[in-house]
Amino acid sequence: MAKRPSTNGKSNGTLAAVKPLRAARLQDDHGDARIPVLKTYKIFVGGKFPRTESGRFYLLKDARNEPIANMCLCSRKDFRDAVVAARPAQAGWAKRAAYNRSQILYRIAEMLEGRRAQFIAELVQCGGDNSSATKEVEQSIDRTLYYAGWADKYQQIFSTVNPVQSSHFNFSMLETTGIVAAIAPEKSGLLGLISVIMPAICGGNSVIALASYSNPLAAVSFAEVLATSDLPGGVVNILTGLRSELCEHMASHMDVNAVIACNGEPAERKLLQQKGAENMKRVIFHDRDWSKDEAQSPYMILQTQETKTTWHPIGV
Amino acid sequence: MPTQNPPLRLNFSTRWQYAPAPETAKVEIKPSYDLFIGGKFSPSTEGKTFETVNPATEKPLSQVASATHKDVDRAVKSARNAYDKVWSKMPAKERGKYVYRIARMIQERARELSIIESMDGGKAIRESRDVDIPLVAAHFFYYAGWADKLEYAFPGRAPRALGVCGQIIPWNFPLLMAAWKIAPAIACGNTVVLKPAETTPLTSLKLAEIIQDCDLPPGVVNIITGAGDTGAAIVNHPGIDKIAFTGSTDVGKRIMSAIAGTNKKYTLELGGKAANVIFDDATIDQAVEGIINGIFFNQGHVCCAGSRLLVQESIHDKVIAKLQDRMQTLIVGDPLDKNTDIGAINSKMQLEKINGYLSLAGDEGANVWQTDCELPAKGFFCRPTLFLNCAQSHRVVQEEIFGPVLAVQTFRTPEEAVEKANNTPYGLSGGVWTDKGSKIFKITNAMRAGVVWANTYNKFDPTSPFGGYKESGVGREGGLHGLAAYLRVD
Repeated sequence: MAKRPSTNGKSNGTLAAVKPLRAARLQDDHGDARIPVLKTYKIFVGGKFPRTESGRFYLLKDARNEPIANMCLCSRKDFRDAVVAARPAQAGWAKRAAYNRSQILYRIAEMLEGRRAQFIAELVQCGGDNSSATKEVEQSIDRTLYYAGWADKYQQIFSTVNPVQSSHFNFSMLETTGIVAAIAPEKSGLLGLISVIMPAICGGNSVIALASYSNPLAAVSFAEVLATSDLPGGVVNILTGLRSELCEHMASHMDVNAVIACNGEPAERKLLQQKGAENMKRVIFHDRDWSKDEAQSPYMILQTQETKTTWHPIGV
Repeated sequence: MPTQNPPLRLNFSTRWQYAPAPETAKVEIKPSYDLFIGGKFSPSTEGKTFETVNPATEKPLSQVASATHKDVDRAVKSARNAYDKVWSKMPAKERGKYVYRIARMIQERARELSIIESMDGGKAIRESRDVDIPLVAAHFFYYAGWADKLEYAFPGRAPRALGVCGQIIPWNFPLLMAAWKIAPAIACGNTVVLKPAETTPLTSLKLAEIIQDCDLPPGVVNIITGAGDTGAAIVNHPGIDKIAFTGSTDVGKRIMSAIAGTNKKYTLELGGKAANVIFDDATIDQAVEGIINGIFFNQGHVCCAGSRLLVQESIHDKVIAKLQDRMQTLIVGDPLDKNTDIGAINSKMQLEKINGYLSLAGDEGANVWQTDCELPAKGFFCRPTLFLNCAQSHRVVQEEIFGPVLAVQTFRTPEEAVEKANNTPYGLSGGVWTDKGSKIFKITNAMRAGVVWANTYNKFDPTSPFGGYKESGVGREGGLHGLAAYLRVD
């Protein structure tokens, strides 16, 4: 078994990565002249890692105003492309056995655990301190595991057989809402993102998520985890860019069934619900502290589920 | 060549004619009705009224108060007061007893309510007597029992009431919709301001009288009448915590948009364009009855009506022949006659809308077929109608018409049936007819709709959740799932 990486921030692997981009170019931790290979952070659409179609980028900087990376500044077209990828993926994903979805979510947790140090480093790089970053990554792993466990259970808790008066067998069960556009919170860029994606895909939805603008590194690396976890391409798509630019299009797209927004300003909430009304999207707002245990529950899964009731006569 | 027998036709009238069988019980309809606010009836602040007419005779039934913004404000304040001072503090089991009382009192006055429902709305007495009013009482009974058991409905949660609910209901099932709204809301500990549709206010006002008789604390249920402006005033009132609306998708979208940026919760039960899918292995005679019940129940004024018929191509001619034969036996006429199958169209406006689609169907290329029945000289009536040879893109296939008119299409494979069934913006309901169990589940699972009837259609029950996918709405009414609409669970 691999040894659990140290959480005190003193391990070499962690420290090397927390250096901002420009400093890392000059010198690595040991004063050696080796030039580190820098990572290009791209977006995740349909299981692939393209750059934004727009060719635009924004420069991500750390707390000391040092540049970290050029992030994709996604356009409306990127979002629309992601919806095109998400729709066919969703049909297949919802048809998977609940057991299989559960195993794939568990696999995501495994892969996160394996890259724990990298995620901590990326959170620190975007301005977090080491202990809070460590806690956030650990909670992100645990949250993924939590929903992995729910995949083949929530249906049993929330479905009913209804004792109708007439001679019919009548039951209500949950089905997937469909395509979910989600805006991750600006803070807790990894935990918040995972906390909105996991309940949605646990229930068979596809998600197009917009990562935190200031904290996107871990989100893009999370896409790499998804890409290697047997999750079908297109089930989760992760974009980076400006919330103020994309949120309107997320709410107005006619092939999106639900929109989730974390910590939205009142004006944005109003806009999302107004635009969402055009095709009766399920509009969900979160103002949660994602580090709390209450921020995870099967009721989060229900937010992107529809109840279907079926009647059948009893007779010969 | 053997000679072919002419096709057999259903013929119920060769020797015996139906004698009129009108419902004769006397009912009291007052010449005018006021607004029910804070447990008392009071006139509209500006004294405005409107007329409600019997759509089968076009004769006025009563003058009803038209609630203004000020009246809405009075009603909301009375509901808030009742919530703060009485209803939210009352032990749940006592709350439940009041709801049980209402249920019982409705049962006792069922006949009267049925007749008024048929007079005000035009629906056949057979339906208001056997379907609407019994379901109204059943709904109050069902939710009364939930009042002190709510924590069992939401594992791991302690649900709380929302506060004041604004409820706006349509004219197709006037009292039943009032029951769907009021029963769960007050059982869960909320207080309500309910507005019935302007063409069918009378049974809701009768319910107000019943609520008075039950000694329900004043202000727990407020019933105010009026048109769209009154509804908009309820939607926009800042003292409302939740909006529950049943009606058209168009208005539903406007409501969702109007309350954007507020913290008002909402459930919307909107339009539909359900596919009723008939496979070649179905029992045809039963399926024909199911098609009839699917579209002609309540004059087709049903959001979940089976208004699109999808027949497997190989049996199309046979099904249509049998269907037309059966349709010829439908009796259209006096809603108060117990023999009547199809009553009056609810309003002149609605009849004009349906007639608009009748001419549109022909323009779009469908063959319009109607039965030969005679229509009463007075009142708003429409013959049972088929639109044959429809294409998926026809507006009569895509849009909700809300009348006794059925668009017919064919399909070859189960996949094509599902594709066509799901190809509208709506997702309220659907039907499937086949004798093969595995096929039933393939189709019912694939239909993107909230209620699916297999080898049956248009069945309702208080324990059975109802509501739509996609543009047919948000949230569920009925059953355990219907509780979530009136509680804060997280």
